[in-house]
Amino acid sequence: METAPQFFRHGPGPFARLFVFALLSCLLIVGDVRFKYFPQLRQAIGVVIFPLQKIAYIPANIYDQVEEFIASFNLLEENIKLRQIYLENREQLLKLASLEAENIHLRNLFGAVQYIETKTRTKAVLAKILYTPRDPFNHKITLNKGSQHHIQLGQAVIDDKGIVGQITQLYPWSSEVTLLTDRDHSVPVQVVRNSLRSVVSGTGKNDQLELRYLSVNTDIQQGDQLVTSGIGGVYPPGIPVATVLRIERDPTGDFAQIISTPVAGVDRNRQVLILSLIQPETHDALEMPKIESGKN
Amino acid sequence: MYIPASNWFIAASLVAALILNFLPLQGDILIFRPDFVAIAIAYWNINHPHKMGMGVAFGMGLMMDVGNTGILGQHALAYCIIVYLTLIFGRRLRLFNSMQQAPQIGLILLIMQTVIVLVAVSGGSTLPDGQYFLATVTGTLLWAPGSYLLSMLLKQKSDPDAL
Repeated sequence: METAPQFFRHGPGPFARLFVFALLSCLLIVGDVRFKYFPQLRQAIGVVIFPLQKIAYIPANIYDQVEEFIASFNLLEENIKLRQIYLENREQLLKLASLEAENIHLRNLFGAVQYIETKTRTKAVLAKILYTPRDPFNHKITLNKGSQHHIQLGQAVIDDKGIVGQITQLYPWSSEVTLLTDRDHSVPVQVVRNSLRSVVSGTGKNDQLELRYLSVNTDIQQGDQLVTSGIGGVYPPGIPVATVLRIERDPTGDFAQIISTPVAGVDRNRQVLILSLIQPETHDALEMPKIESGKN
Repeated sequence: MYIPASNWFIAASLVAALILNFLPLQGDILIFRPDFVAIAIAYWNINHPHKMGMGVAFGMGLMMDVGNTGILGQHALAYCIIVYLTLIFGRRLRLFNSMQQAPQIGLILLIMQTVIVLVAVSGGSTLPDGQYFLATVTGTLLWAPGSYLLSMLLKQKSDPDAL
């Protein structure tokens, strides 16, 4: 069944072959970076490697099960603790419901159309993180839910503290999430303290986000909470995104340099939630100018 | 001693290397994760040249790119360069034992990582810090035990009495 190594080498030499394949790779790289071609190729390869990723996940599954088994010993204690947290949260939820009702009532008094109803209409799917890339320049993670689980492109991904990212590539049984910290990723946000609208962008570094194009005299302070503004329709409004870490106001420049850190454990979780925002049917006339002004 | 390797064995080892690369690791340990596929490709091309073509390396690279959510063609180019370098220097490298080969493999892995960084930077990423190249160090340390393991498995497989 074995053949001896070939005595005479056939075909083109190593350099010629390298040249051909290097050319092919360069074409792929340019096509992928500049023009975003080949989503189908990516998807086909994604299907091929999915079983391998599944196999690679088995040790993590076993680890989870062992951890669950050990955790089952102090289940009673945990149950009591969780019940307490549930009751505390329940109280806040009840308050929220009454506040929402009051808000709708007030809006009615002002004659504004009720758009607030769309605020809480989201569905959530729990997903596990299948793979975290090895390279520090890929701020993307792979989840174990895909188009077969009715996941769609553009859905927001959150953890228990805030926004993690957005789904940017779909495979049949898995999906790719671009994290907040990715250079090409931006989220429309609002400062909780004074409702200042802006857009927060990734810097390509872990734990660093940037508020671009805010002028030097903008009213923003260290420790300000940034939440999603809901503008753009990708992220549901009111979910925490980041906290302002430091502000450098250089009077000679036009814009202040505002660095913030994401509140979600962008690079720490094992499980995340995929949110699907149920789109409001129509934008009422009162809301339209707001959307316009938030875009610039 | 030259031990012939079947195509199936090579394919199985490459698939195993891919699975090792896809392990869902998180946090600080990610920095140390060596590129098992690169090591496997280097091993086969040094010890069994022309059994595994550059096309296979290219395909492995594409799979790695999709799994790694990186730029398409990034790892493909890097792995093809590994095949090229190991084909050129393979005959020289075979004169040494695996312990002596390790530093030279380290150099090849360093070149591979540099290629990956160059592609990423040309795609608009920022330069990673020096820690990124720790994967080359772990890969170098893994070379001797890795090649020992593969040759042991091969010996076991090609033993005529075993069958």
